[in-house]
Amino acid sequence: MSAPEVAKPVARTPKPPMRAGAKKARRGERRVALYLIAPTIILLAIVIGYPVVSAIVMSFQKDAGLDPATGMFVQGGFAGFSNYTHWLLQQCSTADGGTTACPPGNLGSGFWNATFVTFFFTVVTVILETVLGMWMALIMNRTFKGRGLVRAAILIPWAIPTAVTAKLWFFIFSVSGIANALLNTQILWTSDEWASRFAIIIADTWKTTPFMALLILAGLQLIPEDVYEAAKVDGATTFQRFWRVTMPLVKPALMVAVLFRILDALRIYDLPAILTGGGGGNGNATTTLSILVIDQIRQGFNSASALSTITFLIIFIVAFIFVRFLGANVVRTQESQQKGKL
Amino acid sequence: MKATRLSIIAGIAVASLALAGCSGGSGGSSDNSGGDDSRGPITYVQGKDNSNVVRPLIDKWNKAHPKEKVTFKEQSDQADQQHDDLVQHFQAKDSNYDVVDVDVIWTAEFAAKGWLQPLTGKYKMDNSKLLPATVKTGTYNKIQYAAPQTSDGGILYYRKDLVPTPPKTWDEMMADCSIAKQAGIGCYAGQYAKYEGLTVNVAEAINTAGGTIVGEDGKTPTLNTPEAKKGLQRLVDGFKDGNIPAEAITYQEEQGRQAFEAGKLLFLRNWPYVFNLAKTDGSSTVKDTFGIAPLPGDGGPGASSLGGHNAAISTYSKHKATAFDFVKFLQSEETQKFFVTQGSLSPVIASLYDDADLNAKFPYLSTLKTSIEHAVPRPVSPFYPAITKAVQDNAYAALKGSMSVDEALKNMGDAIKTAGSGS
Repeated sequence: MSAPEVAKPVARTPKPPMRAGAKKARRGERRVALYLIAPTIILLAIVIGYPVVSAIVMSFQKDAGLDPATGMFVQGGFAGFSNYTHWLLQQCSTADGGTTACPPGNLGSGFWNATFVTFFFTVVTVILETVLGMWMALIMNRTFKGRGLVRAAILIPWAIPTAVTAKLWFFIFSVSGIANALLNTQILWTSDEWASRFAIIIADTWKTTPFMALLILAGLQLIPEDVYEAAKVDGATTFQRFWRVTMPLVKPALMVAVLFRILDALRIYDLPAILTGGGGGNGNATTTLSILVIDQIRQGFNSASALSTITFLIIFIVAFIFVRFLGANVVRTQESQQKGKL
Repeated sequence: MKATRLSIIAGIAVASLALAGCSGGSGGSSDNSGGDDSRGPITYVQGKDNSNVVRPLIDKWNKAHPKEKVTFKEQSDQADQQHDDLVQHFQAKDSNYDVVDVDVIWTAEFAAKGWLQPLTGKYKMDNSKLLPATVKTGTYNKIQYAAPQTSDGGILYYRKDLVPTPPKTWDEMMADCSIAKQAGIGCYAGQYAKYEGLTVNVAEAINTAGGTIVGEDGKTPTLNTPEAKKGLQRLVDGFKDGNIPAEAITYQEEQGRQAFEAGKLLFLRNWPYVFNLAKTDGSSTVKDTFGIAPLPGDGGPGASSLGGHNAAISTYSKHKATAFDFVKFLQSEETQKFFVTQGSLSPVIASLYDDADLNAKFPYLSTLKTSIEHAVPRPVSPFYPAITKAVQDNAYAALKGSMSVDEALKNMGDAIKTAGSGS
């Protein structure tokens, strides 16, 4: 140990020597802890802090414009909030420097539509996946012959990479594909407004329900068998056992699973990008916020930064609301569970 | 303890240095002096070499130029990824990307960013043998920035068992649709899904009718004309009449090809690559019953959009003299011939389309020549992504019938106007 550590306690002579020693030890401990955490903090600052800050800084810069004399790109300069108003208020700048409402065909005009589409997908897929996932988990939780096989089979869709899933469903939903052949219909799955949305929902539900089922199954397996036995002895029906025993006990795991899925669904990109290219309806029926960001990146980074910052804030707010109002419940349920109240 | 603290400080310093390195691209001094007359090893960058064309060529070059060897940097086979890869390397002022292969629609963007060496002065290319339309794709603001390397044009595939003489005009083709109706198949299709292919097809329709999407400057929309309206109206009416089958709204190149090969279409607009596949595919039912013709037009042949790639020299190259020689080598008659025989790519030298040997092997060449001779490049604009988006969104809505043709063209024009003025 070097000099500074020795010098400090000397300056505080009035305190009892024993306590000073303990304090010194604690302080040393704290410093060691700091050193141990430091690499993580630095790493997080680099891989999370820097890109986020950089994106926010960029979002206040104008995208490069052309110098009319040379035809070459020049830096756009400070933009104020114009990149944000471009998306939120659908204002496009005109050649003479004014603003006008973004015409259809400009990405800015697609913002609210993309927001609606994203939330629509999120609400519908999460509800479907929760219900189906619960059902699958209940099946997987039973003991029966071939349980291992069923568990493995249910997990297969989740194991397939999303890009492959999307391509798979792309072929299934093509005009002369198997979906139309089985249903004996001529639905344009990738082009019709609602059919294309449901194509995405079907594919996403097929793919991610196993994930929900897995998380819920983990919760189910924590429920001790004797609780059910006690319920049976008390004469509870199957429905009552599910509603009064299973549901409250599985709720913490369920909430975490739903939260994960909501966050995941809000940034859905690859499935619609490959399956419909964001098309359908008038061409934007399945354009989600993430697809809009990627489209915008090719037209200008700074405006894309503003859009991704907005998207980030939307997801953050949704997650915050969820954790604040339902997540607080998660903690309480767990606490009472530990205390044996439930 | 001191040692640990020091090492942590050092760690932070190193990390922030690395960070500064990452954020490059905005700062840094420009270094495009030197290089001009310098010779030495260079790198050629191109997307995936699917039919093994580039490697034999580079081997040949390297044998002849042992001191100015070319290394091949192969990108992915996805156009978007190739574009983004080039952008990243140019932004980093990478001197290792000497000669780059750029899609015709990216040329203006890269030129306006100052990434491409203007082909003027001692870099002047001899364009006399080339198809003029191909040179236009490499020219931005009246300066040539990229040398045409390969080209591509749309041709009309038709069923010669049902239609003995191919239609010369759009109206003739629509009249032939009664034959399709009798045969119980779809009449005509192109690429109408909402992607780049839709821009290609809409541009063809508008150009064929005598209209244009943007003016000479590449940014002022010129869609408020009777000609532009006539062009788009034809496609819209095609869908309305059922002459273009409803499912064609989902077609990209491949779906259209499959439908044609399955005998479900009388006419198909597609690229030359379909020719060999339709002749040889096991699943093709039209092997001996299809023919090819130039796209139908208004009196004369229709105006195809141009595909293909251009070769350009990076402004950051350290050996531009070698790079320039290599670009000329890529455009030489011998290389161009190799492109055709080895890769079925369409050459940019006009005379090759009349070459008897090549025509014997690739019977579509003379038709393709007519197509490319009458071709009109897609808008050459640094804001091409925004322009193509404006065209796709509004044309798609018009084809679906949820937007009138007038409204679609007006919105298209308005959206193109906003493209050039920031966000």
